[in-house]
Amino acid sequence: MLVTVRVQRFNPETDSKPYYQEYTVEVEPTDRVLDALNYIKWYHDGTLTFRRSCAHGVCGSDAMRINGRNRLACKVLIKDLGPKITVEPLLGFRIIRDLVVDMEPFFAQYRAVMPYLINDEPPPVRERLQSPEERELYDDTTKCILCACCTSACPIFWTTEWLGPAAIVNAHRFLFDSRDRATEERLAILNQKFGVWRCRTIFNCTEACPRGIQVTNAIEQVKRRILFEQS
Amino acid sequence: MATVRPHVGRERPSGGFELYSWYFFRLSGLLLIFLAIGHVVIMHVINTVDEIDWQFVADRWNSPFWRAYDWLMLFLALLHGLNGARLAVDDYIRPQGWRILAHSVLWTLAIVFLIIGSIAVLTFDPTRFQAIAHAGG
Repeated sequence: MLVTVRVQRFNPETDSKPYYQEYTVEVEPTDRVLDALNYIKWYHDGTLTFRRSCAHGVCGSDAMRINGRNRLACKVLIKDLGPKITVEPLLGFRIIRDLVVDMEPFFAQYRAVMPYLINDEPPPVRERLQSPEERELYDDTTKCILCACCTSACPIFWTTEWLGPAAIVNAHRFLFDSRDRATEERLAILNQKFGVWRCRTIFNCTEACPRGIQVTNAIEQVKRRILFEQS
Repeated sequence: MATVRPHVGRERPSGGFELYSWYFFRLSGLLLIFLAIGHVVIMHVINTVDEIDWQFVADRWNSPFWRAYDWLMLFLALLHGLNGARLAVDDYIRPQGWRILAHSVLWTLAIVFLIIGSIAVLTFDPTRFQAIAHAGG
């Protein structure tokens, strides 16, 4: 089938602001948006720039705005979009070129929540045991691939500097892990004005997550945790 | 880019104003659903606007229960609204001067309305108004 792909282009060396360019490509309905972009890059216009790595929905490199929604280009099929497809870079970040944005602010917020297991108790002889029920508490938030679909779908993130959904999801992953011992420190970070309290429960993050993580639910669980730990 | 920094060797942020503001939001919202629905049912379903006059309010406010009901609704709705507007200002007004101005206007209006409303609820004297109504009528 013939599809028209409208791509937002920007080259900082020659353009003062982004513009749109249309490409018509022949693709299979079962192809993915990433296949169409690759086809354009390989056979039409080698200057088109975008990130992709694994192309199987796990690395999180090719998050972009597809028909106005944050999606992974490698997970969206052409047949689900129809013959006209608009592809734009993620909102809320500086555009480096075409569909490539500067993700550093996103990773800075991620690092701020200390996204690693903290436990200074002496390790037991065998593993640190955890029951299936304890594991279940944070199972959903282990699925994050740091693609930034959620954070750049958040209207508050577009206007204000704050942790953003992805950083809170990753804080949740360790907060609700029975083996972690840094609850106090992490909650102190999340309890700041620019922590969880910037969340307005808009649910854009949950809608955007390509891994199906219940992001808003995780954020609310963190808020309730702060409430119960404080009182 | 101002990022949220880890609190290495620092005390947990004191106050927790945002925490309590969020909690107040949830509680007041829940209460307001019932208070506002009750208000609408009494004022617009059981009674119609044509039947509501001075005498209706005077009879109603003879009871401390309805005064408390109306005052609670006033208090919660004003502060719930103030809280929402405060967050909108925080989210969308960037220049420091405009932020301070917007916050000042919001808090001033909320406090003034709360005082005026409280005076009305607390000092309303039904007998006085009955007297005026009879004298006038």
